[in-house]
Amino acid sequence: MAEFMSLSAAIAGAVRDGDTVAMEGFTHLIPYAAGHEVIRQGKKDLTLIRMTPDILYDQIVGMGLARKLVFSWAGNPGVGSLHRVREEIEAGRLAIEEHSHAAMANAFEAGAANLPFAVFRGYKGVDLPKVNPNIRSVTCPYTGEVLATVPAVRPDVSIIHALKADREGNVMLEGIVGVQKEAVLAAKRSVVTVEEIVEDFGPRNANAVILPSWTVGAIAKVPGGAHPSYAQGYYKRDNAFYIAWDKIARDKETFLKWMDENVMNKGPESFEAHARRFAVAAE
Amino acid sequence: MTDHTPNEIMTIAAARLLTNEDVCFVGIGAPSAACNLARLTHAPKITLIYESGTLSTRPSVLPLSIGDGELCDTALTTVSVPEMFRYWLQGGRITIGFLGGAQIDRFANLNTTVVGPYDAPKVRLPGGGGAPEIAINCGQIFIIMAMGQRAFMEKLPFITSLGHGTGKGSREALGVKTRGPTQLITDLCIFEPDAETSELTVTSIHPGVTREQIQANCGWPVKFASTVKETRAPDTTELTVLRDLHARTKAAHAA
Repeated sequence: MAEFMSLSAAIAGAVRDGDTVAMEGFTHLIPYAAGHEVIRQGKKDLTLIRMTPDILYDQIVGMGLARKLVFSWAGNPGVGSLHRVREEIEAGRLAIEEHSHAAMANAFEAGAANLPFAVFRGYKGVDLPKVNPNIRSVTCPYTGEVLATVPAVRPDVSIIHALKADREGNVMLEGIVGVQKEAVLAAKRSVVTVEEIVEDFGPRNANAVILPSWTVGAIAKVPGGAHPSYAQGYYKRDNAFYIAWDKIARDKETFLKWMDENVMNKGPESFEAHARRFAVAAE
Repeated sequence: MTDHTPNEIMTIAAARLLTNEDVCFVGIGAPSAACNLARLTHAPKITLIYESGTLSTRPSVLPLSIGDGELCDTALTTVSVPEMFRYWLQGGRITIGFLGGAQIDRFANLNTTVVGPYDAPKVRLPGGGGAPEIAINCGQIFIIMAMGQRAFMEKLPFITSLGHGTGKGSREALGVKTRGPTQLITDLCIFEPDAETSELTVTSIHPGVTREQIQANCGWPVKFASTVKETRAPDTTELTVLRDLHARTKAAHAA
């Protein structure tokens, strides 16, 4: 049952050392503020799951808090490498379990559906199954077609950023919704940060993604909590920061200095001002 | 008009291959530029789909990432990522998958995973993303890539997505029913798979480019078709629309 609390209490209560953690968001609604709180609390030996690890996982990996990354595309979209992640993989210090997007999307769905594995048409004629023993196959009992399988994703904790919660603790997100619903439903525990808490969602699209309060763990209000990612209808993506990150993360010392100034010595309240610069004009 | 860059003619030549009837799964970067150029010129009704879930999107600037808000704001509808990969891609609703890559071989297999051994990489690349399933589940595949010795490889260190495997018949042997790569558009020329062998063969050379130049930028002995066309030079409209698109994009992302 959803419980409202501060972000620090939410992370302290839900995330433990050694946990398997999914912080999802497909470009949109990436839970930066919550991820930074994980870093500040020094949660370690984490197995990080995400289809598209971007700057947030670059930051967590660069701070030495992850032992393994489960992913399908690790990069700074449209910009280049995640330099901290890349350096750790190339040095052999970060274990990886690599998939394709289709495999991970199916694996999250299988997790939400309480199935042990996902089945799909994929991975034909490629090398990933040779290096990832979790990629296997099954023969269709009806047609004989050989289909790819991957284990369901079942995180200890999933962390997402949503648009709104109502007073009852129901959570709503719209726009590019990625795999966040599946991530929360597949996880044992969840933390949701939201832009705002409202009395009632009011008139809304009947097909908006709603996570009922009884499927959600902790909720913390953090306006701007997705910056430099974005929140549909609230603020736009800070593309200039994604471009600037390339230079910040390229050098370890520059990276650590930036983290010290902008994460270790800041709190979730700093996100509101960042996001305000990209606010979607009221219409 | 001849004052175009190699990158511009690559994008323009790729855009020309697209039509109003196509349903196109768009990769970020050069594929996105080509698809939107087609939409803004001769193919206004083309259906563009990005893997973030946006169906029939009409962005006014090119997205920096595959999930920029611009894509959702201008889409007919936006679906979840599992639905995108299951119903739309695997469901066989996409006619053309448009891919880029870091490295390619003569049978149009692509590597975007790693340079060097997988367990001890010399260069770790971002990985496959949607490409492994785009390559087998779209009706056909267009690839857009600039040529170079480090990109056009005799042998790939890793196969991220399937082209024509080891040659004609490879896809069928794997039970794959789609056509695979049918066009490779580069900054110097256009390749198409040979009808007999499926090996990439030059069918059109961009104006001012020589066969020697193409060979010098390719890691395998290049085959040329018996009749090789000259790619039509970009016209004023194509160049103006492309440059305007890039200028708008640059201004929007610097904001």
